[in-house]
Amino acid sequence: MTALLELRDVTKTFAGGVLGRERKVALERFSFAIDSDRPRVTAVVGESGSGKTTLARLLLGLVPPSTGEVLFKGCDLHGLNAAGRQDFRHHVQAIFQDPYEVYNPFYRVDHVLTTPVRKFRLAASKSAGHALIEQALHAVGLQPGEILGRYPHQLSGGQRQRIMVARALLLRPRLIVADEPVSMVDASLRATILGSLRKLHEELGISILYITHDLATAYQVADSILVLYRATVAEAGDVEHVVQAPQHPYTQLLIGSIPRVSTLRDWAAEPVQGERDSTATGCRFADRCPAAMPRCRTASPPLFQTAPNRAAACFLYDGAPALPEGKVATVLSAETARQAPVPAA
Amino acid sequence: MLGYIRRNASLLIGVTLLGILAIFMIVGAFTIDTDNAQPLSAPALQPPSWDYPFGTDRQGRDLLAVMVAGTPLTLWVGFVAGIIGVGVGSVLAFTAAYYGGIADTVIRSIADIGLTIPGLLVLIIIAVSLKGSLTVNQMAIVVASLAWLNPTRTIRSQVLTLRERGYVEIARLNGMSGPEIILRELMPNLLPYLSATLVASISGAILAAVGLEFLGLGPVDSPTLGMTLYWVQFNAAIINGWWWWWTAPLVVILMVFLGLFFLTVGLDEIANPRLRRSA
Amino acid sequence: MSNAAPTPRGQSNAAPVLRVEGLRVAYDHARGPVRAVDDVSFSLSPHERFGLAGESGSGKSTMALSILRMIKPPGRIEGGEVWLEDIELSQLAPDAMRRLRLAGIAMVPQGSMNSLNPVVRIRDQIGDALADHGTKLSRRALAARVRDLLVDVGLPPETGDKYQHELSGGMKQRACIAIAICLRPKVIIADEPTSALDVVVQRQVMETLGRVQAELGAAVILVGHDMGLMAQFVDRLGIMYAGRLVEVAPIGEIITAPRHPYTRLLIESLPSLEKKGGLRGIPGLAPLLRDLPSGCAFHPRCPRAEARCRLEKPAVRPIGPDATVACHFA
Repeated sequence: MTALLELRDVTKTFAGGVLGRERKVALERFSFAIDSDRPRVTAVVGESGSGKTTLARLLLGLVPPSTGEVLFKGCDLHGLNAAGRQDFRHHVQAIFQDPYEVYNPFYRVDHVLTTPVRKFRLAASKSAGHALIEQALHAVGLQPGEILGRYPHQLSGGQRQRIMVARALLLRPRLIVADEPVSMVDASLRATILGSLRKLHEELGISILYITHDLATAYQVADSILVLYRATVAEAGDVEHVVQAPQHPYTQLLIGSIPRVSTLRDWAAEPVQGERDSTATGCRFADRCPAAMPRCRTASPPLFQTAPNRAAACFLYDGAPALPEGKVATVLSAETARQAPVPAA
Repeated sequence: MLGYIRRNASLLIGVTLLGILAIFMIVGAFTIDTDNAQPLSAPALQPPSWDYPFGTDRQGRDLLAVMVAGTPLTLWVGFVAGIIGVGVGSVLAFTAAYYGGIADTVIRSIADIGLTIPGLLVLIIIAVSLKGSLTVNQMAIVVASLAWLNPTRTIRSQVLTLRERGYVEIARLNGMSGPEIILRELMPNLLPYLSATLVASISGAILAAVGLEFLGLGPVDSPTLGMTLYWVQFNAAIINGWWWWWTAPLVVILMVFLGLFFLTVGLDEIANPRLRRSA
Repeated sequence: MSNAAPTPRGQSNAAPVLRVEGLRVAYDHARGPVRAVDDVSFSLSPHERFGLAGESGSGKSTMALSILRMIKPPGRIEGGEVWLEDIELSQLAPDAMRRLRLAGIAMVPQGSMNSLNPVVRIRDQIGDALADHGTKLSRRALAARVRDLLVDVGLPPETGDKYQHELSGGMKQRACIAIAICLRPKVIIADEPTSALDVVVQRQVMETLGRVQAELGAAVILVGHDMGLMAQFVDRLGIMYAGRLVEVAPIGEIITAPRHPYTRLLIESLPSLEKKGGLRGIPGLAPLLRDLPSGCAFHPRCPRAEARCRLEKPAVRPIGPDATVACHFA
């Protein structure tokens, strides 16, 4: 049973700086697989510089990996012929962050909807295609009469983003990669858009990879979560457990730093020490970690599987077995997650 | 629409100047006998009068007929050369910018090298080495051979800025191929810029053509504007005080260039909304 | 920030340091004027932290700029008064107003960390602000003052020698705060100061802002849309919708017992980190300011709307000493 989409030991480095001499590692030795038969909503959470956007672009085939492979149904994504690429695009679709940039100002918004219908031959006739588009718009809560025939600048950001969801949905893909789909949308609309994404997953069995920096929405919409810190995985597992009882010190810091809407003013008072040190070896978080031990600065911890449905890359848990390379997906799809009670923090 | 033209003064001036020329050429074509643009059609060196409103030159050409016949010829050269220049330039620019890699390096290097060579020098060498006298069409081809260099560079820069836009990525996800993306996504957004470049290119081509003709390297038998100026210079018309001989072509050339210039500025304003003055 | 419920810092009986009364700001659009700020009134006590929350198009940023009279054409202030203690700002000559900016009321504008001068060192940018307002100090004293300011905002003193591209986002924002406090203003307006920052850095920056505010004894207006941030930082919160201040109340009351339906729906739509629940948004769209619904601007989306709401715009009614609400049913 081959995975639908897989990253195998992928590293992505970007050249930068004045003469292209600075090299920035965006993602390091990352292995991850998306299962084809059990659709899930997985959140990938990280801050800027964590590598989450690079992950999205690698999965979508928009950038090639520096080392390692990106495999679609077992075949190298970047070696596919035109038919293979077409198949890939049919199965894997995306929603991006900026609802303004993704529309060609020259065309009406119909263009982004009619193009896939045409290119992937989704309908036998023009009217059938039109019906398909209307159905997709309804599925995301939009009225075709208010949307079709308009230019992008005549619609709000929320409407535009919902049209993008409809577009992704038209192809009935197996996987939708949503890269910060609601961060440029008003708060009151976020829940609506995320709700429709969740609905797509439940009703149509589409897997969703929800990439964001907003842990609260990730918690509400996803089943499992991957926490990225500086190009590696810090923690992974069932979202309920990871959020309520985080194990990795970075995850704990992240969750503790989120301001909550509550009358309890508990925004933790301890200041965060240290700034990032990009040249140090060992665990990436060691320079800011309150629990750092000497070994943390010399060796990089692997992911320790602390429970069937979670893992943390921290030497504090080195009693647990280490996950073999490329097997992080096992903690993301364990069905036991749903029944297990959440342990105390 | 009309309100916009009123606000975009440059466009209005450009269109007006070129419009006057167009009317001049069209009305003239129907009313003036262009045979009189040939030598020995009229008494020589007549100052402007009712019979000969623009006067005549030393070889007995009726200068009004010369203007009516010559203006379209000069514009034609510019038109053909400009279109070839921008046409070839666009294809090369889109290919280089969208695909990058080897194609980009090769095209860019050729254009850069070509741009460092003084254009007029190349044109002179080409014109001189062609056996016999040039026809107007050959002149157009000669000018076109260099006209694509600058458009290639500038259009390439524009395409580079568009290549990373979100809607190009969506187009890729929608299954569009490279050439299709260039044609359907990038090109429409560049139409205003391409129009401005075309007009500038035409203007440059006319200048090159007039320059070549003035040096005597143009189509000697044609009454083009540049050739007229050549005869002016050959016959020392300025020193001899035959002012009407050089005034007419100069005014027409001025109108052509000013018209094209203002048109370019006006189109530039459309292409670059940030240049637009607020309502 | 303490662990207990906020002390009633904003409810002192001292005279307000800032008073906004009936402020109206409009933009001239091709199809007629658009009211971006519609008759907004509120007051700010000394030391108080006041939040101004709203979504895009609510008018909150325009509101902040108009307090400092920094609205440029095609926008203009149509009417209303802004009192800084006992000075009414519209009565000031442009030069006097200019001197008041930064010295009396300071602002950390939206995106300010991206607007630092890239070719000027940080210490000179702070020094420029001081010099521009006529601070007559010797070079050494000026340098010392700048160093003190940087330390105040939690930056190492060497930061002054650096250029903006050498600093991280959080450091840049704290440098902007240093510029804002260099003349010891009475009011600091911060417009989305942390929207581009990571959550961890956000906490640091807000902690810095809170600390310098307390040390200066200044009042703060925090403009933003992150309700969690408001909940953890402000004493009183004002909610803006379609250019109007639809509710103002102490933050505890807004969270536990919101009065205006929009506030209620907004709080309910926020994703919680405590429990997984349904994702509920507010149906409909925020209205375009140039095309507002009749009567109450929120009525098309309001679950409580009745015929009256369509016809009559609700007036802003005071509820208690520090709260107001604009709804027919509150």
